[in-house]
Amino acid sequence: MTQINPILNPDAPGAPRIVESQPRRSLAAEVIERSATNLSRCYHCQACTNGCPFFRAMDYHPNQVLRLVQYGMREPVLGCKTIWICVGCHTCSSQCPMNINIAAVMEVLRQMAVEEGVAIAKPDILDFHEEVLRSLERYGRAHKLGIMWRYKVRTRRWLSDVDVGLKMLAKRKLDLRPSRVKAIEEISDLFKCYWRESK
Amino acid sequence: MNTYPRLDFSYFPGCSMATTAPESNLSMMRSAQFLGINLIELEDWNCCGSSSAQTLCKNLSLAMSARNLSLAPAGRPLVAMCPRCLLYLRHAQMCLRRDPETHRALEKRWGRTIDLDLEIMHFMEVLVRFGLDRLKESATRSLHGVRFVPYYGCTVFRPPDLKREKYFQGEMENILKTLGAQPIATALSYRCCGSFLSATAPEVVTPLVDEIMDSAVAAGANCLVTACAMCQLNLEIRCTAGTKLPIFHFSEILALALGAEDYEGWFIRHLVDPRPMLQELALVA
Repeated sequence: MTQINPILNPDAPGAPRIVESQPRRSLAAEVIERSATNLSRCYHCQACTNGCPFFRAMDYHPNQVLRLVQYGMREPVLGCKTIWICVGCHTCSSQCPMNINIAAVMEVLRQMAVEEGVAIAKPDILDFHEEVLRSLERYGRAHKLGIMWRYKVRTRRWLSDVDVGLKMLAKRKLDLRPSRVKAIEEISDLFKCYWRESK
Repeated sequence: MNTYPRLDFSYFPGCSMATTAPESNLSMMRSAQFLGINLIELEDWNCCGSSSAQTLCKNLSLAMSARNLSLAPAGRPLVAMCPRCLLYLRHAQMCLRRDPETHRALEKRWGRTIDLDLEIMHFMEVLVRFGLDRLKESATRSLHGVRFVPYYGCTVFRPPDLKREKYFQGEMENILKTLGAQPIATALSYRCCGSFLSATAPEVVTPLVDEIMDSAVAAGANCLVTACAMCQLNLEIRCTAGTKLPIFHFSEILALALGAEDYEGWFIRHLVDPRPMLQELALVA
């Protein structure tokens, strides 16, 4: 009997294991569905980039982010700074001639970056958002002094902005005590979807 | 005090108005009182979720705003002053209209109805729709000499879904012009103030804020009036420009025109004291 080449015979010892994989959905299809935004309409006129107040702090311009998604370049787009710098001011969406909700695309990309555990390009911004959510979970309302304190503890940026913080305290712009929701269980209940699933 | 019939509205303050900018809340309440507009605070309201919930979890963001909608009693419109809260509340209502399943699930969860036809309005829209005649009659101080930049920031920009809805752009000018002030249209009225980046990346925000302030100075304004309490804060704390103009909350300048006398308590909370400018115009003593 002729020996079958182990590569051709999957049962032979030493044969490479063949794993049939599910083809992954295209990045564009996933983002389009989750953001309910048809970003294929983008023809890169760059109106969004020209209007964005924050483009100087970004590594990719807003339309470049859309391009990366169109090309399916998952790693660069989920790991970029732009998606975290975007504050969702909707200047871009208002200027887009194709009516693309660019801020919604950024939102979905941020959520995907957290879910897929990629290295976050602006970890301090994610820390800040999480501290806000902690405050909301605990009190139902944002307690800004607590948020800034815990954010400082997390990022260890003790000395930055001390002057601004003191001025705000002096002008009574930061309440020492949080304002609270009475039916707090109605609020903490809602947080299960974020902390328990994605973290 | 005028003799108009009282108008009742539900009122959603939101965290900024309730904590970092109480002067905005106080002056709005004072204006409403002058105009016979009765703002009834939503019982046990919670934060609208703000940018952070929207960034990290859509369901959470929707549910937090929806809970506030579930607290609004039937039969009177819901008024918000914070433009971001307004956006999230309107957005939640629109999402629930499109998603009856989530709507029912949330109603069941809290045992309260969520009225999908509830009217959600900005305080400025209330003024223009119900109060322009009241405004003219109640005004006791003319704002003549106030050359203001109507600073909206990003507050009138909204996602394409909400683009066709009526919003409050231009109303600040309409209202304050009625009261004698002069709007300056050539400054950066619609440039975003930097929002939460002010807390995490001040080096990004400072140049933006300086540009906004410089444009206002160059346009010949003597103050800025903001639609959003967070803009007011960011413009004050992040500005390093040479000339710093005072920045009013819209409700402060409105209440002043209507004859409010308890302004000291609001203005001492400003980092740029507006009193010298107002004294020059003989608006305050």
